[in-house]
Amino acid sequence: MNVQIKQKIGFGVLFAATLLVVVPIVAIIGLIITKGWSAISWEFLFSMPKDGMRAGGVFPAIVGTFYLVSGAILFSLPIGVMAAIYLNEYAKDNALTRLINLAIINLAGVSSVVYGLFGLSLFVVFFKFGVSIISGSLTLGIMTLPVIITTTREALRAVPKSFRQVSFSLGATRWQTVRHSVLPFALPGILTGAILSIGRAAGETAPILFTVAAFYVPDLPKSPFDQTMALPYHLYIISTQIPNIREDYRYGTALVLVGLVLIVNISATIVRARYRRKKW
Amino acid sequence: MIILRDGLDKRTMHKIEIRNLNLFYGKFQALMDVSMNLKPNTITAMIGSSGCGKSTLLRCINRMNDLIEDVSVKGSVFIDGEDIYHTYVDLVKMRRKVGMVFQRPNPFPLSIFENVAFGLKIHHLAKGKALESRVEESLKAVLLWEELKDRLNASALDLSLEQKQRLCIARLIALKSEVLLMDEPCSALDPIATQRIEELMAELKKNYTIVIVTHNMQQAARVSQETGFMLLGELVEFGLTTDIFTHPRDKRTEDYITGRFG
Ligand SMILES: Nc1ncnc2c1ncn2[C@@H]1O[C@H](COP(=O)(O)OP(=O)(O)OP(=O)(O)O)[C@@H](O)[C@H]1O
Ligand SMILES: [Mg+2]
Repeated sequence: MNVQIKQKIGFGVLFAATLLVVVPIVAIIGLIITKGWSAISWEFLFSMPKDGMRAGGVFPAIVGTFYLVSGAILFSLPIGVMAAIYLNEYAKDNALTRLINLAIINLAGVSSVVYGLFGLSLFVVFFKFGVSIISGSLTLGIMTLPVIITTTREALRAVPKSFRQVSFSLGATRWQTVRHSVLPFALPGILTGAILSIGRAAGETAPILFTVAAFYVPDLPKSPFDQTMALPYHLYIISTQIPNIREDYRYGTALVLVGLVLIVNISATIVRARYRRKKW
Repeated sequence: MIILRDGLDKRTMHKIEIRNLNLFYGKFQALMDVSMNLKPNTITAMIGSSGCGKSTLLRCINRMNDLIEDVSVKGSVFIDGEDIYHTYVDLVKMRRKVGMVFQRPNPFPLSIFENVAFGLKIHHLAKGKALESRVEESLKAVLLWEELKDRLNASALDLSLEQKQRLCIARLIALKSEVLLMDEPCSALDPIATQRIEELMAELKKNYTIVIVTHNMQQAARVSQETGFMLLGELVEFGLTTDIFTHPRDKRTEDYITGRFG
């Protein structure tokens, strides 16, 4: 076969594969926007649900998701970053370290409903936190840990070895080296990972199903030990449990969820782009 | 803590004394019983073919080999009479005294000022006005001040390679290092930049003890007063540069400098 033709076919196949990825995403977002846009209003975003959740707004679900995600990141970001620093900068390459690495990789692949069950038995039952924001946050936090550890390690590894060498050769201790010659230059990467895992935590239903999510609560949560509504779970129940609900209500809720995650992801892209100019 | 050897005190004429140094990377022996005395305010050149252990020896003088896993060192390196391989030695203080310049100029992606101030800041040695004047002094010492004084806040990454290498030297001078270990500091530079760095070295020699590893025999002959020739981990010959290059005592040295091998 002619090289030119081969080239064209190869290009065509790759392009088709790309389309296959992009088209469904665009289609889903398009569908959600066209069907849900009419529901979006100040009232929808900032008021409590009414009439058995057939009217009013999704405000408590937005607030709940905000609390859950903040709690999750507050827990997983420091622990994940510290673990990554330990693994990348301190740990010797021995059997134990390799085992830990393997565990982290596998944890990232565990299905989210398993995290939900784990959170139920550990936080809700064993620690007696009950079905509460704190149980849900911790469960989401544990779920995002592997992602945070992996992206942080990636970011640490991208910092040239020579920075560490110079720092040591100037008499810095290992911690000073990490603190002054590695972390500052890994920060954009770490933040990107953190923001992406916020997006993931915001969208998950299974981990909060048994640990925090409430069908309906008349007030906003007041303490970490309260239950709360949350966007993904709210979407699930209004789609399956409530008969004759207006269609734009469901799609409006989906739009809020997708919109929030999208905003978070776009800000991650911006953070990355801003720092990408700094090459070394 | 200062460990003094018998009959040797601070008045010793040797800045650095390497005694029976053996180094192993795992089972591979990279340095074989190396002993040599380096004089203060002298440039000592280390020459030898690739893989003979020059960089390894250099890294022994500020214990940078400690960072490599599975390295074991036997023997001693005395700096100002103090064995840096002694258990109680203060590594941080020692490394401040013995600075290293690397093959590729490697400033941090920070401003020119921040690069020079880096060591001072992490060791909390100076701040405010004192910091500024130390930075100025250091940049003057490497003859960069006039060129750069108006853009100290510009990124160090935008400098030329030669300026970057000078900046890396200034970073050490700011810490008041006394020994400068230079591992092929000019190999990334063009001939003119190389010449200018060599002039700088001659200038710095007045205040510092310099050890330079180089592949360039002309450079060794030009800049150094003493030269060591290494082969397969062994220090074959060490003496005055003029002697090494004009009438080497060892056949292997002669073969190397006349280009018969290596
Ligand atoms: N980290 C290491 N682990 C194992 N072996 C090493 C390591 N570093 C160097 N070696 C080996 O030790 C020997 C000496 O290496 P070294 O880098 O000191 O040589 P060199 O004289 O500086 O060479 P070059 O002129 O190429 O820089 C070489 O055989 C090298 O392969
Ligand atoms: Mg070398």
